[in-house]
Amino acid sequence: MSTVLSIQDLSVALPPGADRSHALRHLNLDLRANEILCVVGESGSGKSMSAGAILGLLPERVRAESGRIEFDGRNLLELAPAELRAIRGARIGMIFQEPMTALNPLRTIGDQIGEMFRAHTRLSRREIEQRVLALLADVHIPDPPAAARAYPHQLSGGQRQRAMIAMALALEPGVLIADEPTTALDVTTQAQILKLIRELQERRGTAVLFITHDFGVVAEIADRVAVMQHGVLVEHGAAAQILHAPRHPYTRALIAAVPPLTPPPERAVSAAAALRVEGVSKTYRSGGLFTGRRVVHAVRETTLELPQGGTLGIVGESGSGKSTLARCIVRLLEPDGGAIRLGDIDLAGLRGRALREHSRHIQMVFQDPYGSLNPRKRVGDLVAQGPIVHGVPRREALRRARELFELVGLDPEATGRFPHEFSGGQRQRIGLARALALQPRVLVADEPVSALDVSVQAQVLALLADLRTRLGLSLLFITHDLRVAAQICDRIAVMKNGQVVEHGPAAQVFADPQHPYTRDLLAAVPGRHWNPPGEALAERSVVRDAA
Amino acid sequence: MRLLTLAGRRLLAALPALLIILAGLFLLLQLAPGDTVDALVAQVGGGDPTMIEELRRHYALDQSTSARLADYLWRLVHLDLGHSAIYGKPVIDVIVERLPATLLLMGSALSFAFAAGMVLGILAARRVNRWPDTLISTLGLVFYATPSFWFGLMGMFFFAVYLGWLPAGGFGTIGGGLQGWALFVDTLRHLVLPTLTLALIFLAIYLRIMRASMLEVSTLDFVRTARAKGLAEGAVVVRHVLRNALLPMVTLIGLQAGTMLGGSVVVESVFALPGLGRLAYESVMQRDLNTLLGVVFVSALLVIFINFVVDLLYAKLDPRISGEH
Amino acid sequence: MQFIRDYLRNPAAAIGLLLLAAVLALAATAGLLFPDDPLGLAGRPLQWPFANAAFWLGTDHSGRDIAAQIFHGARVSLVIGFVATLIAILIGIVVGALSGYYGGVVDDVLMRITEAFQILPNFLLLLVLVAVFGSELNTIIVAIGVVSWPPAARLTRAEFLSLRNREFVQAGRTLGLGDLRLIFGEILPNALPPVVVYASVIMAVAILLESALAFLNLSDPNVPSWGNLIGGGRSVLRDQWYVSAIPGVAILLTVLAVSLVGQGLNDALNPRLRNR
Repeated sequence: MSTVLSIQDLSVALPPGADRSHALRHLNLDLRANEILCVVGESGSGKSMSAGAILGLLPERVRAESGRIEFDGRNLLELAPAELRAIRGARIGMIFQEPMTALNPLRTIGDQIGEMFRAHTRLSRREIEQRVLALLADVHIPDPPAAARAYPHQLSGGQRQRAMIAMALALEPGVLIADEPTTALDVTTQAQILKLIRELQERRGTAVLFITHDFGVVAEIADRVAVMQHGVLVEHGAAAQILHAPRHPYTRALIAAVPPLTPPPERAVSAAAALRVEGVSKTYRSGGLFTGRRVVHAVRETTLELPQGGTLGIVGESGSGKSTLARCIVRLLEPDGGAIRLGDIDLAGLRGRALREHSRHIQMVFQDPYGSLNPRKRVGDLVAQGPIVHGVPRREALRRARELFELVGLDPEATGRFPHEFSGGQRQRIGLARALALQPRVLVADEPVSALDVSVQAQVLALLADLRTRLGLSLLFITHDLRVAAQICDRIAVMKNGQVVEHGPAAQVFADPQHPYTRDLLAAVPGRHWNPPGEALAERSVVRDAA
Repeated sequence: MRLLTLAGRRLLAALPALLIILAGLFLLLQLAPGDTVDALVAQVGGGDPTMIEELRRHYALDQSTSARLADYLWRLVHLDLGHSAIYGKPVIDVIVERLPATLLLMGSALSFAFAAGMVLGILAARRVNRWPDTLISTLGLVFYATPSFWFGLMGMFFFAVYLGWLPAGGFGTIGGGLQGWALFVDTLRHLVLPTLTLALIFLAIYLRIMRASMLEVSTLDFVRTARAKGLAEGAVVVRHVLRNALLPMVTLIGLQAGTMLGGSVVVESVFALPGLGRLAYESVMQRDLNTLLGVVFVSALLVIFINFVVDLLYAKLDPRISGEH
Repeated sequence: MQFIRDYLRNPAAAIGLLLLAAVLALAATAGLLFPDDPLGLAGRPLQWPFANAAFWLGTDHSGRDIAAQIFHGARVSLVIGFVATLIAILIGIVVGALSGYYGGVVDDVLMRITEAFQILPNFLLLLVLVAVFGSELNTIIVAIGVVSWPPAARLTRAEFLSLRNREFVQAGRTLGLGDLRLIFGEILPNALPPVVVYASVIMAVAILLESALAFLNLSDPNVPSWGNLIGGGRSVLRDQWYVSAIPGVAILLTVLAVSLVGQGLNDALNPRLRNR
């Protein structure tokens, strides 16, 4: 197969004052015709920079320092702006991560796709209109004429991404660069978009440079794989070779950190319930007297039981109500009806001081490692804050904070620092220490590892599993990621549109799903047929042992 | 149609604020030393207690505060703003006479500030951190810091007194009896200095917002998409950045409407223009509170109306507003 | 201190600080250099600047020393700017914080009141307040504060709205922190920087508002205000334009100083924007 795009010895320099001098160092990579080449790496690996460098769309003050990007016999790095513009869109198309923001909110979809033709061709208005409709049909958008007239905010995320793909492929470019195109999408939508990209690529013989952090997606779509770390290409080869017999230690570690979709053997879990949620509902009403009213039934009559010392996973896509339910349980939100029983006490019926006294037994770990710690407080104070509010003397609370730091695997000497001095994984540990400081009986974790790189994710999951056994915690684990759920949960509840559609022991739900929606979800997990090679994969076994 | 419903709703939503204003002003008046009767009595040079008592009853001042508040609001609904002591006719008549001058001044100042602010803001943003940007931004800061009345006086001295190019004040050559084109040019010449004076601070604000808004929008994802499509830089700016960057500018018109009316008080006083602002000033100097309150009430209505128009315009520009249920 | 270094690296901000220091110096030395009443008769009226060594900025139409009025006027402007801003910011923070934190009915009521103040042209409201309460200096200061708070309230409210659902605030809530601790301990420290920066805008406007009132003869006639001097110079504008020109430059430079310092603070607090 012939090479259509060749990156040779490319180095990209970051502005002075950044945390490292180069985003990319001496990168060599060939993209061949009619293939999907996946570039995989964690955050900071430089994978997105390589895409930006090709089209001359690097962030401000970031520049390609040396090397060549050969396309069609020319070096893209040396082209004049006008020559580069003639290639952008027409010969090399690009799709981005965020379908919500990648389209101009003030112009219709049809207008924005049509702009490709207006910029690069001399087609008549009528011809452009027809091409746009044909493209929208190509990407399987229902009712193309309506979609062409719609503004971006009127389409769902998946449809917007389809529109982006239609736009990128409008002029049948030989090369398509896709920068994490499915990361912001729900798993079922992601599966559809991946299928669409594959289908269009095969039909047109396009060369696709697909950038992702997710090995599941790689297993789903890649012909060849390039693995990057800290701006350096560490390994590349055919997909089968990388996925099943990785050579470089970093690739091995990355693949080892991917949780397999099959749950570990069932643990013995007590029959007693630590927490019972009975018929909880939550409805959002927005708008007032003078504006339109909207009513959203986020959670409807939901009943769940969290076994003592066990982990109940609540899985679902965005909008399923899983986060709302979690917030009702810790009483960040007022449930409209139902009971939340912790032992003999119904938390839903409590108010004010009584609520604060009893709700301390349920604590929460949040999703965003950057947003969940007050940036203006020392982390030791953050951890000591809860006990102090509940009457523990400050000195004692700070001493406990140091112990907790040790417990979650942080240096106790670090309690005097501020949150911004820690990495994402470390911050999640601090959040965990803060929740544990009140010695809760139940821990509610809302997507606690979703914002973390896969290797850090594995460590935090291992820590959670370990603490669960050591402290006898019962864990309510909210996640959209079925792989993560499979690893840590004893029981699974699947939510859709505010209702639990299926629940049962994890092994049973994964092996023999009953509800059609559960089956859809499982079928949509990228790389579900790929099982990471089973050789000494250290990180995962930690999770298992602890479990 | 949906657009109109939306704007109508916004208009309704202004009602509580209007009620608060009216009730607040009424109560303020209660705090003012002396009431209408005291003012009248002082004007005629004193009166005997029974006559004062009579007058109090006549003006319903013997009623409870809440009863009088209700009566006051009821009269306002009929646009009955009371009688002006110094002009000797109904307040509403005085105001209607003065309104056109203020509207003309505000209209020309707003158009100029918006247009010039937009152009300068775009120029600065396109050359960010280079000398045109530095020059424009510095000018903006200086304009912002210049007291308008002082700028007006200095302009008057320089262009009217020293150079003799422009008239020093008023709204038309007295006794000119001009018509048609000559009247238009004459009015225009009289408008130049007041317009510049009133527009100065708003020009500074608009150019700063336009610059910031352009820079902000330029960093958004869809602008990168537009570049990836291979559009020329000019097309990216005109077709993708500009309209999005205009949204905050439009919002600002509504937010600044009140400030601009306030500014016209000073400008009309400097240039002796027969407008609403000058009327407000005169009524303060003459302690004609009825007229002052009338001006304030009409100004509030004017601001509400401007905001109504701005809402319509915004909804027209942004499909996300009118499309939402 | 990293913050001070960030601030001073910006030349405009450094100039602003220098200008502000100069105005402060005028205010501080006014009593020393011009111990006499600046509004008292000092010499022959309408002497041009530099014509008489005793009055290097000249004298106005009633024979008062312009230099003395500039120095003493700096005090008045700074006091008015500072105190009125303090009042406006305090009202704004309380209203905005309650409104943004509690939402619902509290928000509705407070926002209707804020809207009422924004619909009323602030200078007209100022005229009404002066007409009703008189034009003594303290009254003027409070009146300016009272007409200037709505934008501060809206800004604080917007910050609170975005912060109150942030995870660190929710975390505080699950730990059992009460409303007061959440408002003052968690949210306010994070909401404060933009409000403090905005204070410079309020201060600039407050100084301009007072000078406009004084120009219209509606401010306290017993204090040496720059606006007063400009208004007085109006009658002799045709020939002795310097009487109005000099205090105008003083106002311009003071307001410029306040704006530059505010912008410098803003840039130093948001280093991301500085490189643009």
